[in-house]
Amino acid sequence: MAAVQGGQVDAVEEKDIKTEPSNDGGGNNNANDGRLLSTSPGSSSSTGSIKSAAGPPEDQQTLLAVLQFLRKNKLTESVEILRREAGLPEDSLELKGGDSSGSGSGAAAGSVELAGGDASSLLSRVTSSASTVAPAPTKAAGEDQPDVNVVLSAYSQQGDPPLYQVYYSGLKKFIESVLDCHRAELSQVFYPLFVHMYLELVYNNHESEAKAFFEKFSGDQECYYEDDLRILSSLSKREHMRGNETLLDFRTSKFVLRISRDSYQLLKRHLQERQNNQIWNIIQEHLYIDIFDGMPRSKSQIDAMSGSLAGEGKREANKAKVYYGLLKEPEIDMGSKSKKQDPNAPAQTRIPLPELKDSDKLDKIMYMKEATKRIRLGPEILPSICFYTFLNAYQGLTAVDFTDDSSLIAGGFADSTVRVWSVTPKKLRKVKSAADLNLIDKESDDVLERIMDEKTASELKILYGHSGPVYGISFSPDRNYLLSSSEDGTVRLWSLQTFTCLVGYKGHNYPVWDTQFSPHGYYFISGGHDRVARLWATDHYQPLRIFSGHLADVTCTRFHPNSNYVATGSSDRTIRVWDVLTGNCVRIFTGHKGPIHSLAFSPNGKFLASGATDSRVLLWDIGHGLMIGELKGHTDTVYSLRFSRDGEILASGSMDNTVRLWNATKAFDDLETDDFTAATGHVHLHDNSQELLLGAYTSKSTPVIHLHFTRRNLLLAAGGYNP
Amino acid sequence: MADREERRFAEVSRDSVKLMAESSGVELGDDVATLLAEDVCYRLREATQSSSQFMRHAKRRKLTVEDFNRALRWSNVEAVCGYGAQDALPFRSAKEGELFFIEDRDINLVELALATNIPKGCAETLVRVNVSYLDGKGNLEPQGTVPSVVQTLSEDLLKYYQQITRAILGEDPHLMKVALLDLQSNSKIAALLPYFVYVISGVKSVSHDLEQLNRLLHMVKSLVQNPNLYLGSYVRSLVSSVMYCILEPLAASINPLNDHWTLRDYAALLLSHIFWTHGDLVSGLYHQILLSLQKVLSDPVRPLCSHYGAVVGLHALGWKAVERVLFPHLPAYWANLQAVLDDYSVSNAQVKADGHKVYGAILVAVERLLKMKALSLSQPAEGGSGGPQVSVGGAMGYRMSSPGLSPPPEPLSDAALGIASHLQAGGAGCPWEEWTPVPLPAMYSELYSFFGDSLAVRFSTGPGWGSPPCTLSQHSDTKKEPAGPASNPDTTRKMPQLTANLNISPRQDGSPRTDPPPPSLAATGPG
Repeated sequence: MAAVQGGQVDAVEEKDIKTEPSNDGGGNNNANDGRLLSTSPGSSSSTGSIKSAAGPPEDQQTLLAVLQFLRKNKLTESVEILRREAGLPEDSLELKGGDSSGSGSGAAAGSVELAGGDASSLLSRVTSSASTVAPAPTKAAGEDQPDVNVVLSAYSQQGDPPLYQVYYSGLKKFIESVLDCHRAELSQVFYPLFVHMYLELVYNNHESEAKAFFEKFSGDQECYYEDDLRILSSLSKREHMRGNETLLDFRTSKFVLRISRDSYQLLKRHLQERQNNQIWNIIQEHLYIDIFDGMPRSKSQIDAMSGSLAGEGKREANKAKVYYGLLKEPEIDMGSKSKKQDPNAPAQTRIPLPELKDSDKLDKIMYMKEATKRIRLGPEILPSICFYTFLNAYQGLTAVDFTDDSSLIAGGFADSTVRVWSVTPKKLRKVKSAADLNLIDKESDDVLERIMDEKTASELKILYGHSGPVYGISFSPDRNYLLSSSEDGTVRLWSLQTFTCLVGYKGHNYPVWDTQFSPHGYYFISGGHDRVARLWATDHYQPLRIFSGHLADVTCTRFHPNSNYVATGSSDRTIRVWDVLTGNCVRIFTGHKGPIHSLAFSPNGKFLASGATDSRVLLWDIGHGLMIGELKGHTDTVYSLRFSRDGEILASGSMDNTVRLWNATKAFDDLETDDFTAATGHVHLHDNSQELLLGAYTSKSTPVIHLHFTRRNLLLAAGGYNP
Repeated sequence: MADREERRFAEVSRDSVKLMAESSGVELGDDVATLLAEDVCYRLREATQSSSQFMRHAKRRKLTVEDFNRALRWSNVEAVCGYGAQDALPFRSAKEGELFFIEDRDINLVELALATNIPKGCAETLVRVNVSYLDGKGNLEPQGTVPSVVQTLSEDLLKYYQQITRAILGEDPHLMKVALLDLQSNSKIAALLPYFVYVISGVKSVSHDLEQLNRLLHMVKSLVQNPNLYLGSYVRSLVSSVMYCILEPLAASINPLNDHWTLRDYAALLLSHIFWTHGDLVSGLYHQILLSLQKVLSDPVRPLCSHYGAVVGLHALGWKAVERVLFPHLPAYWANLQAVLDDYSVSNAQVKADGHKVYGAILVAVERLLKMKALSLSQPAEGGSGGPQVSVGGAMGYRMSSPGLSPPPEPLSDAALGIASHLQAGGAGCPWEEWTPVPLPAMYSELYSFFGDSLAVRFSTGPGWGSPPCTLSQHSDTKKEPAGPASNPDTTRKMPQLTANLNISPRQDGSPRTDPPPPSLAATGPG
């Protein structure tokens, strides 16, 4: 058994890694470790310093895994170099070859994602499929798409096409006849089963049967799968399956269901009694059933969590410890009280952060001064709202950002430009040219003033450089830089001193939907159509980390206030939280029914809010990995979310031209009273959106695409006037 | 198979594919055409699906051709050119058969290139900020200013604006007259209104310069008189600018040589004019004006010139305003004024002179109050008795009863209640909630006690005088009647003539009586 297990895990890992060279290849989480590390040897010091935090034994194991991977891909030179670098004996790989797969799985077990631990339980159910998966041939790296034939190979075993309907309706009948408490749980099986059966029919060229099957049962599926079904229905030929991303998602990842043990036994018994191998096979091969002990969940509980492209997140996926506390503020000579270290905070040096410059300290002092004048918001004291309307934005306003001190506003436009406005009377000025700078007395006190070229003062500066719409934009915390990400596949770093482009970060190769600076500067995150999020440092032209695991475009990216984590939202309707240090995915949040377009961490770092095209805002507890609230009220995509400076109010802005204010304090306080959910992981939400809604404010034909609280808690909203 | 498929999507039919193939000289079999058609459909759907994400990320609701082209480009397909126009393309049918096509006119490039009217570039993208919600409450300006700003100023308008402001605020009096005249009649300057209003609100910054203030007031007058302008909520802003000129202790009034009195008189007239003509645009405007006037009047710290402004302001707003605000307040105010007037010291000379101004203003105001009150009482009873009185009284009666001109009494009292608290806070002398009209004789006697024979109006207290019985009865109630007996026969005789002059106020003398309600303004020319 052990040998089989080793082989099994090996094969899984191999398959995952094989998708890796292509960035759009729907990489699985399991590939994360290997991928992350394969980039790190190439990158320089800072990566090294981050990496060195990881323990040495684990280090070696992962190194071996990398070596093995490289060898498999016939990258012998790299193997040599890496081996020499790491100081491993030449035969180490050979010797440990036997258990390297084991060590590989050990390393992967570090990542919560992977089924290292539950591989055996998985295996016990998947024994029959081992033969089909194991002989995955090793292909040369560098192929653009994972070979569909391999991915789809499981579909080649076909039953009798006309019987598919019988199978399906038989199961349907059974599930409808079981006890109410099990019915809701077992009904989860319908959708993935339906999709896989349909695809199987299509793959085997039973077009008419596939169509009939689709027509007969598509109506039964949950309404939130409508978009996927639409895509599915347009797919009726085997040739179409090649290169269809949605389809690959279904194949490369197992659809995850959470079912109670009782319900599962019921299903299993039924299928075995009926000898319904067709369905049983699909369940075993393509579904991951996360069995839990205890009461079956209710329909509303299930509905709250489902909706993502690949089912719910596994419970194990959300078990890792997340240090969501805030970092201690650096001491500044202002008599600030020295706070105690938050027990939930990561170590101060967990990831290396840039030293504070003098100007940063000044800014911190300014910040504190402003903070003393801050209005304490609450249900009775709501913030005033200022609306920044972009007029005549024929070029299509696609992204907006404010500086933290609200002195600058930047807009990204569909005509590839980035425009920066000063919203204070202080005009924007460039630094003088090099020749002129030489003439300046460098000793003078006002040298910083003197280097600015008065002739260039203007309210607006336009930055040209991108060759496609600018979808993401972010100011650096020190206001010296601006990041912009564009359809052209690059992220650009602009200097706000010279108003020129400093670096173009290439790597995504596909549209980059969002980018954001770390709250501590220096690092930034970007995510795009290639389904990965990348962590960069401004002085490295290659990413430090690649966060891969989403099954569709990464649509939005946000840094945790302590810079140790990033959250990404995706069109696969999941939110993932990643550890910057290890590159692992530490949280998977499912529950949205549409692509996620906005994320916001609460200022205390404990909670996350997300908004999606399903017009809802969901609240998440990061520490426990739970959904803790649902805010309904918007009628269109929620494009912006922001917590007030002290976290009492959550503001959401939407395509429906409204800003809504929610009582975040209440939403989070209510949670603490029923923390029993933390143990089971099953949320039970009562619909209290109306109680939490503090106000809805309408703009005039202006979608709200960005929100920002000033340091004194004045709410700034921005959007392009759209008559 | 394609035939019986449910029409879930737009489809390219087999025939269309065949037709297209034929047109490029390829003969296709049915099978091939069917397969091709299906594949084309699928590819189109796929491209449409992926194009929608470009729309979502551009935060739009409308899928554009550009989005579709991006999707095509990213799937390594050539983009479709020529359909990027913003406006909808008309879809027409051909007469000859069941054929539909997109109208695609030929464009003569030569003509376009040589065309003289080169289209102007679109307006600059800009960011405007407005406070949408204060403390999460109330829609102060529901982004209301946006549309007028969006309609950005054309070059010509901008020039016009610059010329006009330059002319009005400039040196040349002739130019100014022309500019003001144009401002009065130009029908195309609606877009500039906010800008003008803004300029006018600059009164606060030129309070040292009587000349400039005067010019700005004339600008207000021109704008108000322009029949093509809808002032809307800008009335409020204009009123506050005018009120500033009336009430504030302007920097210019420090120098006694500066004739700020005339400015205040003029501003007061302007105020009444704005109110009579545009008061209906802003609810509660009348009341607000009264309140602020009263506040100034009841504030002893304010200089006398401010009090003067308040008095002439009330006077300009009509006798009812005087009755309501000035009269009840008079006893309290009188003591202050008397103190000033009785101080004969040299150092007080200037203040005393100012005091006399105020005294005069009050006198004029109360005289008219008495006349009008008498008239209003006699009007219904006397009907059409005396010749001269009828004509004027009739005109006056018209003015009083016409709803557009006279403030409707109902909302007024409502409003009074509404902001009563505010009023108390201002230390008002007269509690409006309890305000009841003082009967004429009582009023007269009280006023007489202040002004003595300075009052030009004389009323008899005898029975021969006011015919309305109510007055009589009330009169008999009043105990003290100091002026009565002395001038009794005289006043009874004079009555008609006096009431005939009732409309006379210092500035209104020259104006033709027949003018519509704001008569004086039309006559008072600029400068």
